[in-house]
Amino acid sequence: MIRLVAAQRLLVPAAMMCLAAASAVMAQTIDGRRSGFDFMSRDSQQLQRDDTANPGMLAVLDGEGLWNAKAGRANRSCADCHQDASTSMKGVAARYPAFSAALNRPIDLQGRINACRETQQQATPLPWESKELLALSAYVGNQSRGMPIAPPDDARLAPFRQRGEALYTRRVGQLNFSCANCHDDNAGGKLASAVIPQAHPTGYPIYRLEWQGIGSLQRRLRGCFIGVRAEPYAYGAQEYVELELFLMSRAKGMTIETPAVRP
Amino acid sequence: MLLAMTAADADELRAFKVTGDAIVEPLGGARGDVARGRAIVVDRQKGLCLLCHTGPFPDQRFQGTLAPTLAGAGARWTEGQLRLRLVDSAKLNPATIMPSYYRTEGLTRVGAAWQNKPVLTAQEVEDVVAFLATLKDPQ
Ligand code: HEC
Ligand code: HEC
Ligand code: HEC
Repeated sequence: MIRLVAAQRLLVPAAMMCLAAASAVMAQTIDGRRSGFDFMSRDSQQLQRDDTANPGMLAVLDGEGLWNAKAGRANRSCADCHQDASTSMKGVAARYPAFSAALNRPIDLQGRINACRETQQQATPLPWESKELLALSAYVGNQSRGMPIAPPDDARLAPFRQRGEALYTRRVGQLNFSCANCHDDNAGGKLASAVIPQAHPTGYPIYRLEWQGIGSLQRRLRGCFIGVRAEPYAYGAQEYVELELFLMSRAKGMTIETPAVRP
Repeated sequence: MLLAMTAADADELRAFKVTGDAIVEPLGGARGDVARGRAIVVDRQKGLCLLCHTGPFPDQRFQGTLAPTLAGAGARWTEGQLRLRLVDSAKLNPATIMPSYYRTEGLTRVGAAWQNKPVLTAQEVEDVVAFLATLKDPQ
């Protein structure tokens, strides 16, 4: 059932906890909107704040390696074309999903990275939720850490965002819940041991203690569908991009935390 | 995420009659069993009640905060009223988040493992009703 509830949470080694807070990520509260960060225990917050302890930073480091590695028939690395990610990728994650003229539909950041792999590097696209795709997403996402979410002002996105909103408010599953039933009407309440957050996608990909690993927003959303006994959409489905468009517009102005830690 | 299959049968649901805000007649099967009802209520994969409700269950950790306490439910409501609240709370309050435990119609995108199955069987509903009816103390 609603196994949104972590039966067993990873215990954070004490040694990790004594390292001082280093990174810029702080609690963020804007006009009543609160990041999932604010709903976490102090221990988890501390884990996220400290780059030397945050397990998501391992994915960022892996991503940096992949960024500089040549790949595909073109035998080119991301860096060959985009040079220094701290300049070229700064702010990119804050404005995805974006409209792809080539595909005539919006794509999320993972889709954009895979598009470059296919067309620019002439390599096979990385599988959804693969270590490599998560690592590259974490690395690119991390370049926007601390920046405000800034959805593009692009009229072509509007109908897709509206579909995302309709998905957000539609009841689904044997337990018959909409996202809004939990994340708008009952945010801050407790579903057994889990505090219901407001569902702001500020930190993806995240390191989730329940997964003991890094995962995408799509994986997180699949968990919420499965929790209410609804059939989740397949990875890569357009519905996830539409939901993300809506969630990002709802979170406009909130700060990117990638890689966030979540329970 | 682990999905525990419920024992709910995929058979046709039994017919029932709503009178006012109650289903007066039992859904059928054997008389509700209080002990089995309690076990269902505290089971997080089956009854799911404590994900949302609190109740007089000192042995249960992590009770939810999304719904009123179940303590005293048997004093506040008749068995018939409790039965309708379990079978299909949405009939009384369309905006409720309490799942309809004995209903398969009007749902969207139900997961493959759960299709055409109610959350609880008719017998399980009766067990839970029998247990709730014993909760007379409002503390
Ligand atoms: C039954 C209540 C419930 C429903 C319905 C639900 N969620 Fe969730 N959601 C949760 C809980 C609880 C968590 C946090 C889990 C945890 O902390 O272990 C969560 C987490 C999230 C997060 C992560 C937020 C963060 O800080 O990273 C997002 C995003 C999210 N949900 C989106 C959705 C969307 C979109 C839907 C609808 C498709 C949905 N949820 C449906 C309960 C729900
Ligand atoms: C052969 C050159 C080339 C390679 C190699 C390449 N890209 Fe790209 N990338 C481009 C071009 C061209 C664009 C499109 C720019 C535009 O249309 O604005 C782009 C766009 C992007 C964008 C979107 C930027 C934005 O502002 O919306 C991202 C993210 C990206 N690339 C990531 C990557 C990653 C990660 C890799 C390595 C896996 C990679 N690229 C490899 C040429 C390349
Ligand atoms: C997803 C959350 C949720 C779950 C799971 C849930 N309920 Fe409820 N329940 C509610 C809410 C919210 C109410 C308040 C009335 C309303 O919303 O219509 C309620 C009301 C009730 C009431 C009437 C309360 C009163 O005395 O006023 C009873 C009795 C009840 N629930 C029993 C149960 C039982 C037994 C279970 C498990 C088999 C259960 N509920 C599961 C959310 C839930």
